[in-house]
Amino acid sequence: MTPKRKQRLMIVIFILAGVSVAVGLTLFALNQNINLFYSPTQIASGEAPQNTRIRAGGMVVDGSIKRDPDSLFVQFDITDYDKTVTVEYVGILPDLFREGQGIVAQGSLNERGVLNAAEVLAKHDENYMPPEVADALAKAGKMPMPSGQEFNK
Amino acid sequence: MILPELGTYSLILALCLSILLAVVPLAGASRGNTLWMGFGRPLSKGMFLFTLVSFICLCWAFLDNDFSVVYVASNSNSALPWYYRLSAVWGGHEGSLLLWVLIMSGWTLAVAVKSRNLPTDIVARVLGVMGLVSIGFYLFILLTSSPFERYLPGYPVEGADLNPLLQDFGLIVHPPMLYMGYVGFAVSFAFAIAALLSGRLDAAWARWSRPWTSVAWAFLTLGIALGSWWAYYELGWGGWWFWDPVENASLLPWLAGTALMHSLAVTEKRGVFKSWTVLLAIFAFSLSLLGAFLVRSGVLTSVHAFAADPDRGLFILVMLVVVIGGSLLLYALRAGQMKSESSFSLLSRESMLLVNNVILVVACAMVLLGTIYPLIVDALGLGKLSVGPPYFNALFNPMALLLMLALGVGTVTRWRQTGFRHLLQRLWLPALLSLPLGVGSAWLYSGEFEPWVVLSLCLSWWVVLTGLGELYNRVRHRSEKLRGLLSQSRSYYGMQLAHLGVAVAVVGVAFVSYYTEQRDLRMLPGDTLTFRDYTFVFEGSRHVEGPNFTADQGRIQVLYKGQPYAQMSPEKRLYTARGMVMTEAAINPGFTRDLYVALGEPLENGAWAVRMQYKPYVRWIWLGALLMTAGGLLAASDPRYRKRRRTETATA
Repeated sequence: MTPKRKQRLMIVIFILAGVSVAVGLTLFALNQNINLFYSPTQIASGEAPQNTRIRAGGMVVDGSIKRDPDSLFVQFDITDYDKTVTVEYVGILPDLFREGQGIVAQGSLNERGVLNAAEVLAKHDENYMPPEVADALAKAGKMPMPSGQEFNK
Repeated sequence: MILPELGTYSLILALCLSILLAVVPLAGASRGNTLWMGFGRPLSKGMFLFTLVSFICLCWAFLDNDFSVVYVASNSNSALPWYYRLSAVWGGHEGSLLLWVLIMSGWTLAVAVKSRNLPTDIVARVLGVMGLVSIGFYLFILLTSSPFERYLPGYPVEGADLNPLLQDFGLIVHPPMLYMGYVGFAVSFAFAIAALLSGRLDAAWARWSRPWTSVAWAFLTLGIALGSWWAYYELGWGGWWFWDPVENASLLPWLAGTALMHSLAVTEKRGVFKSWTVLLAIFAFSLSLLGAFLVRSGVLTSVHAFAADPDRGLFILVMLVVVIGGSLLLYALRAGQMKSESSFSLLSRESMLLVNNVILVVACAMVLLGTIYPLIVDALGLGKLSVGPPYFNALFNPMALLLMLALGVGTVTRWRQTGFRHLLQRLWLPALLSLPLGVGSAWLYSGEFEPWVVLSLCLSWWVVLTGLGELYNRVRHRSEKLRGLLSQSRSYYGMQLAHLGVAVAVVGVAFVSYYTEQRDLRMLPGDTLTFRDYTFVFEGSRHVEGPNFTADQGRIQVLYKGQPYAQMSPEKRLYTARGMVMTEAAINPGFTRDLYVALGEPLENGAWAVRMQYKPYVRWIWLGALLMTAGGLLAASDPRYRKRRRTETATA
């Protein structure tokens, strides 16, 4: 190998090493920070891991919202009309949070199977249903009326 | 009224003109037919005119409360004030697309009018490519999302109202500015494609393309900043950037466009990086289209995702494939002809701008990966997931700081070759000063050493000081310093201003990220809370009536160090037409801090959940963006872009 080729080879190896380190670090960071979505049925059947940050979504069950009179603690159930999961949250709920509304909660499951939410999301349109929720409901065959097409209009 | 039909009709005419525009001048340019090439300008004017007529028809339908038009009925209401009825034109998917094509034809018109001194065949090719891209968007509107469809025979007497979130000044200006940026990159793209088509891959096209790219970039910067500002005060959370996929969709072309601007500078001045610059121009516009696809196709969960109509998503996807595939194919055929006109050593301004490009492109790739990863995983049926802000922060922030470090070095390097001694000579003082200044200002503010804040401040000082040092160096040998300052070019000051904007924005980001204080509290009338020298006294709420909403208005008395300071009135509004509840935050703005109060939900006994925030230096983020915008516009207005063309035509 001529010295010039050797030099080029070194450069190529150097670039390849750099790129693979960058890709590796990126994928590592990505894996540390993804939040998987689980439906209430999946959570009830024990598919969701405990003490890991996950997303869970469903419709807020009528009459399930309980507030603590002295703080901002609130407890409510979400359902995919098959199974329900209890969510606990401390803080201010979004404007569109109400009974019968589709929401997504981000948080971790504790030993009792209760989701400690760090964040509750309800999006900015009263017809809006988070796609994950709509999907989970459709799978359970429990899409409420008006039909799914009417949502997200 | 027959106006909506007139709107459709003139849109169809605009489509026909765009087809002619795509065919005739391009064919003329390839056959050397001057007459055909000359058709470019009048066709562009006609295309703009008919698009404008169509747009005015839609505006009139909104102002006139013509609820027989489906789009008007679902996005407006007769109780809306007239200016919101007008901005509701782009409050939904169909209308915002019409705005998009209006701006697209506006840019085409601008190129047609402002390119008097360019060679005829280049103008013909650029306009032709703009026409080609326009065809796609006209077809998209006419086939999948016409804003002029009617409810016939029966139509509602009242409209469904504009989403209350969008009833706001921010929305009036945010989409047009953003679209000016997105579509502006179509001009850079058209210049790059025209250069490839003509086979004249000299540095001249870079000079023609530069002012257009700078203007597009400036608008995009402004549009993103307005979006961030709007989210800050309107969503009621006090956040200014969420790493939401739709925000990312606007950041991606911005990053590629920033890289493009710098790469264009090298190509123009030194005649190197030619193929890379062409590639960046293709990427910047493709990422704009990708942004449009992500937002319009409904694959994303977001405020911006108007429609979940699979046809629309498919249409944009096909367009994306055609544009990217076609331009990359052309690139592959022609890139081999590009030859560098000069060489440079390892330590030179060319190398530093290459570093800038590498960092920006890597950052862009990381954001892209994080944004589309959930979509890919979902499409492969591997489950549903979302990528959280920690991913973006962990990867993007170090890149941004690295970029600032390189920025300082790049400012003082010379073209072609820079001696190591020269570099050392120019950099030791800024380096020596920025360290204690950065550490000192962080300490003065907070009394502690938060590593990221200290680093950000040091680098901000570094950028400012190297910039000032470079400016001083330029006038050092002049006898009259002031005249020396005045004789620097506009594009030079534009660059300095934009770089200053980077430093200012980073200071804002660092402070607001680390020293924001937030308290969520259940408050009864008379309850108080004190933090950061401010005391918030909740005085209860009262009922108020707005034009199309009713609201509970909280009254909060603010004391500063015990003295009365301000009265804040956050609201919880119920928009009656849609029955939608909205938080209207009260903000006490300041140069070094914002006080931000929002009402949560009503609790028993007149108590409210109240969110109070202290946000230091948050305005600096948008101030920085404004400086960058001003810098971009100033650079683009440099007379040398026009002068040189004149001398060229004189010698030609």
